[in-house]
Amino acid sequence: MLNEELKAKITELLAAATFEEGGDPMATGWLNINVDAKDWLPLATQLRNDDTLFFNYLFCLTCIDWKTHLTMVYHLSSTRYRHNIVIKSKLDRNNPVIETVSHIWRTADFHEREVYEMFGVNFLNHPDLRLLILPDGWEGKNPMRKDFEDPVNMIKL
Amino acid sequence: MLEEVGTTTEGDLIINVGPQHPATHGVLHLVITLNGETIKKVEPHLGFIHRSIEKMCESLTYRQFIYVTSRMDYLSAHINNHACALCVEKGLQAEIPARAQVIRVLMDELTRIASHELWWGAMAMDLGAFTPFFHAFRERETINDIMEETCGARLTMNYMVPGGVMQDIHPNFQRRVKEFMQLYKRKIHEYDEMVTGNIIFQNRMKNVGYLSPEDAVSYGCSGPTARGSGVSCDIRKLYPYEVYSKLEFDEILETGGDSFARYMVRIREMQQSIRIIEQLIDNIPEGDFQAKTKAVLKLPKGEFYSRVETARGEFGVYIVSEGGTTPYRIKFRSPGFSNLSVLDHIARGSKLGDMVAMMGTLDLVIPDIDR
Repeated sequence: MLNEELKAKITELLAAATFEEGGDPMATGWLNINVDAKDWLPLATQLRNDDTLFFNYLFCLTCIDWKTHLTMVYHLSSTRYRHNIVIKSKLDRNNPVIETVSHIWRTADFHEREVYEMFGVNFLNHPDLRLLILPDGWEGKNPMRKDFEDPVNMIKL
Repeated sequence: MLEEVGTTTEGDLIINVGPQHPATHGVLHLVITLNGETIKKVEPHLGFIHRSIEKMCESLTYRQFIYVTSRMDYLSAHINNHACALCVEKGLQAEIPARAQVIRVLMDELTRIASHELWWGAMAMDLGAFTPFFHAFRERETINDIMEETCGARLTMNYMVPGGVMQDIHPNFQRRVKEFMQLYKRKIHEYDEMVTGNIIFQNRMKNVGYLSPEDAVSYGCSGPTARGSGVSCDIRKLYPYEVYSKLEFDEILETGGDSFARYMVRIREMQQSIRIIEQLIDNIPEGDFQAKTKAVLKLPKGEFYSRVETARGEFGVYIVSEGGTTPYRIKFRSPGFSNLSVLDHIARGSKLGDMVAMMGTLDLVIPDIDR
């Protein structure tokens, strides 16, 4: 599906979704969609199960710390139609909460655990939300947040 | 929490494989719940070589951060560098000279052969065959020598830079690659005679570690791991970059979904890499090896994503730029991280001894997973 068709289809599914041409449209050409955290799970279910969308491949899941808020970023692709979209969702920096999608895309299990420890995002209903990469008993701030400072190992230019 | 060796309330045995274990090819810790010899659960614990490369990159410039990425998947160092260079070039909207494009693809494919060689040797060793390791390393050594001559390094090349490649190829490059191709084409049949056709090997690989196409996609598997299940996912074919769209090569698909299918994908991929190199080695265009770029690179505000096919699967670089000389946020989508997550799924219900074979066919490189 072309971006225009995707836009129309997703507006149909979720009227509250807003669209942006993320960065340079020439660079990726992918449709960027902003959704509310509370709308994410129902939309994700439809994106995966709708026969004309069929986004079955979540190839990248990450988070960005914008100092005022966090943004969850989901890169989705379809192995049947080969179209790609990017979903973004703003989260409150002090209490970041979003529904898990690990039951829809199994790869989200590990990726969400990584975001959980690195950014402190709490994924509701995640089956196994524990530290994955950080050592056991890690205390302190989430390392990938912008205000994290490690006095010993930090690189500064 | 790290479990100690012990038994659960149901009488299952919990054992630790790693962090230091020859079969994990690196510092990976697996906590395995066993019922007799049957695996009930595999739980990977990561992070033993986590260097937080993504955080590091936030304070490195667009020229500097590429060097760090060689240290992730060190067997696909060239291809990692390539992805980063592509992503920065997208931001700069730089045109890459034809010569640089061809050199890049040549290096990528040589890397792919070298990486699959190492995988093949190590994988056979996992199953108890020691000789293949030496055969694989003999050929891989030649590739490393060719790389060393042109790039100055054998493992962490850092040869691709935004705008092209760092320096021109060595005068001996073409001759030595052609010599290697001659040698390699004679040797590659030995691999099949030595390992692939071996009945013990086949019995240990066939019908073991089955991964269905749906699960492969759902778990985010890519590269030979997914193609062994018949999922078409070769980025070189689907989203071609550089000169791949003009080349003749096949995307290797196997439909078995078991360990043997994944094994066969890699074996057949090496032959496709040879095909690509043969098409290019005599056709390196004349011209510049690097486009003219500014000394200090600044990316415009925005987001850039590039995806390439490494020896292990889809590698993605996601740069969020605020317009400065360093990335605001960078994310590396490493193939190994997703491929590892499927291990628990495919290992359940099989024997402990077979798990080593399954790990071998996932082709895990631990620094790539931990980043």
